[in-house]
Amino acid sequence: MKSKTSIWDGNFIYVIIAIVVGFLVGAILLVSAGIDPGLTYSTLFQGVFSEPKYIVYSFVYAAPYIMTGLSVAFSFKTGVFNIGAEGQFVVGSLAAVLVGIFGNMPPVIHAIVCFIAAAAAGAAWGAIVGLMKIKRGINEVLSYIMFNWIAYYLSNYVVMHSGVKAKSIEATKDIKDSASTVIQGLIPATGCPKVNSGFFIATIAAIVLWFVIKKTTFGYQLRAVGLSKTASEYGGISSSKIFMVSMALSGMLAGIGGAIQTLGMAGRISQFSGQESFGFDGITVALIGGTNPIGCIFAGLFYGAMKYGGNKLTLVNAPKEIVNIIMGTIIFFIAISLLLKRIIKGVQQKKLDKAKELTAAKEA
Amino acid sequence: MKKDSNADMSVEAIRMKGIVKRFGNFTANDHINLTVHKGEVHAILGENGAGKSTLMNVLYGIYQPNEGSIEIDGKPVKINGPEEAIKLGIGMVHQHFMLIQPFTVTENIILGSEPRKGLVVDKASAREKIMELSERYGLKVDPDAKVEDISVGMQQRVEILKVLYRGARHLILDEPTSSLTPQEITELMEIIKNLTKDGKSVILITHKLKEITEAADFCTIIRQGKYIDTVEVDQVDENRLAEMMVGRNVEFKVDKKEQAPGEVVLDVENLRAKDYRGVDILNGLNLKVHKGEIVGLAGVDGNGQSELVEILTGLMKAESGKITVEGKDIFNKKPKEIFDDGVSSIPEDRQKHGLVMDFTVAENMILQNYDKPQFSKHGILNRSAISKFTNQLIDKFDIRPRGCENRLARQLSGGNQQKVIIAREVTNDKELLIAMNPTRGLDVGAIEFVHKYLVEQRNKGRAVLLVSFELDEIMSLSDRIDVIFDGKIEGSVKGSEADEKQLGIMMAGGKIDEK
Repeated sequence: MKSKTSIWDGNFIYVIIAIVVGFLVGAILLVSAGIDPGLTYSTLFQGVFSEPKYIVYSFVYAAPYIMTGLSVAFSFKTGVFNIGAEGQFVVGSLAAVLVGIFGNMPPVIHAIVCFIAAAAAGAAWGAIVGLMKIKRGINEVLSYIMFNWIAYYLSNYVVMHSGVKAKSIEATKDIKDSASTVIQGLIPATGCPKVNSGFFIATIAAIVLWFVIKKTTFGYQLRAVGLSKTASEYGGISSSKIFMVSMALSGMLAGIGGAIQTLGMAGRISQFSGQESFGFDGITVALIGGTNPIGCIFAGLFYGAMKYGGNKLTLVNAPKEIVNIIMGTIIFFIAISLLLKRIIKGVQQKKLDKAKELTAAKEA
Repeated sequence: MKKDSNADMSVEAIRMKGIVKRFGNFTANDHINLTVHKGEVHAILGENGAGKSTLMNVLYGIYQPNEGSIEIDGKPVKINGPEEAIKLGIGMVHQHFMLIQPFTVTENIILGSEPRKGLVVDKASAREKIMELSERYGLKVDPDAKVEDISVGMQQRVEILKVLYRGARHLILDEPTSSLTPQEITELMEIIKNLTKDGKSVILITHKLKEITEAADFCTIIRQGKYIDTVEVDQVDENRLAEMMVGRNVEFKVDKKEQAPGEVVLDVENLRAKDYRGVDILNGLNLKVHKGEIVGLAGVDGNGQSELVEILTGLMKAESGKITVEGKDIFNKKPKEIFDDGVSSIPEDRQKHGLVMDFTVAENMILQNYDKPQFSKHGILNRSAISKFTNQLIDKFDIRPRGCENRLARQLSGGNQQKVIIAREVTNDKELLIAMNPTRGLDVGAIEFVHKYLVEQRNKGRAVLLVSFELDEIMSLSDRIDVIFDGKIEGSVKGSEADEKQLGIMMAGGKIDEK
């Protein structure tokens, strides 16, 4: 027996199984609601793949999810659970929109400055939570959730402020064209009026992040603290410093996600009536992506496509919430994939033992 | 045969014959024989990874053997799982206790076989039965205490009661002394005697030779999965046992030449500290370690050793006092600063502090030095340099399996995990090396290895502070022995003049009469 690494050793196969099961569970629920799952799923897939512009739209939809996914995945590396990506995303959008409305700069530069503002806002939002964790020992999950709501109401307050609010709608004024990240030149070719640079930015961010985690001394410290705080301290790595930096960087990624969404899609922020959930969905993306930055690109694409395709389900009278159910099921099965893995490995080992016994018996 | 042996050689309790257990390509047990009689203490001796645990797991029904047969009380059996093993009267006490911390002793013991009265658990009768067992075998426990509140020694007694409660007649004790204090070990030996007196047979898995010669009647030696021999313990000495275990001659006496210590390296003055509960734990401790000297700090666990080491390495803050290393003040400095000022250490808990268990061996090798120019430039790790460095150390320090640089530390055996730490810290080659219980849980081969490197550091003119609960280790290595009691140095003797009894009195807080 050579010790070949079988497909069952990795994590990829379990993600695929989870996705298949997710769709099956969705189908069962559709049937029980009297809706044809075949029709629903074919609408979903046609909604994504039947026209080039739909595919482009899926990429556009995916970009912010990739960013929040990266944000959450990055935080996992240090053993922190960034459930605050939601709030960081919101303050990032807000900063980007404000600079987009009031800044006076040439194109491209204006957009870049908007991004920097969003990154700084997101980073600050994460850093405050980090500071409270380190200095006062406040559980970061609690403060993250509270900071989500603070961001939510802050955004609504600013949006409705007289200098910011647009006339006649419950939203901010539009950002200047110079701040927009929509790539005008690509609109005719793709047929997608919202085609923007978001996906490229997210992909670059993922690659940079992968490099930082894998190849740098900073990444080494991050992983060390995430895997064993005690051994890191012993080795002279200051875990509080690492927590601080990683929580700020995690917030920065979500903040950039906010800028991608607002500068490239609506060009303004509307008053919220509920949390938009870009940050929370980032948790899903991070988990489907196996908390690996490169995995987050594909997971984000999958998620973006599902969200985009899901919008079209109303055409066949299927609720678009079915997408959320499928996603929830997938996460559930990814979460129990460790168990699944153990069962599969156990069965394989038994088979192996049986085969061994047989050959041993034959030899005897 | 030992005079006080309770073994009844006419009754075979357990017979395992030609046991073979393979895992894939790897043969963990290669035709192993074991015969244990009624009332006998039978030790199984072997290095870490020799296949002792596999053999016991076969006996306990966790693994099915590929070949071989098992007889219990003279009847051939096939044991398909622990439940069947328990039915056959086999009980196993694992090295790592499997107790539920917030449950009481009684609740833990009856867990899974609770006596019932109607629908409710009949705790009163259970408690009675436990007390009866406890008295019969001298297994002192408090049946109503919560497990989280009792000592490690008592937790072990609870584990033993757990198997007796289930009617075990054949007990397997897996490394039972690895976390016990010397007093608790003595008590355990007494308990084992009581068990055999009552006709129970005990299999003792260990790699501590002293315990074997003290407690066992027979000893079966396993080396690299192969059966070596079964010997009558009073016919052999420790040297012979060690030789059979590792397959070569083992040096017990550490080869150490007299050398005059040089100038002071570590100087601790009037150190005071409180433990995490705010209780005084160090009460004005003074300690000096010179160049070219091993100072052994002897003492019973809990007298401030752990806290002293944590303060010296920067993991804990002291209240007051003075600590210098070669004149540099390291009092309450950060771990990194202390390391840079010339202190490296072999920590007490290798899995908690010494290693990042889910890092590879290579990543663990650079734990303090990842940012040194040797291993990284401009914040980017130099993988090839790290790999080269790691492979050199793997070769030099014989870390197994060879080529393990990309394996996780978790996947190595305990002895090899310790070797990774020793390799790293000895290569750091700082002015002061602090080693706390550096051989805990290791077999003689690995112990010899650790001792060799501690002495080598000393011979090179480095200062070594050895903190250990193993008095033998302290006595064989130290140039000077300081005894710690109640957070203070109780007395100090020259290593060559130390005697066990005198140290024992000081460790208990008794003064030696000055002549």
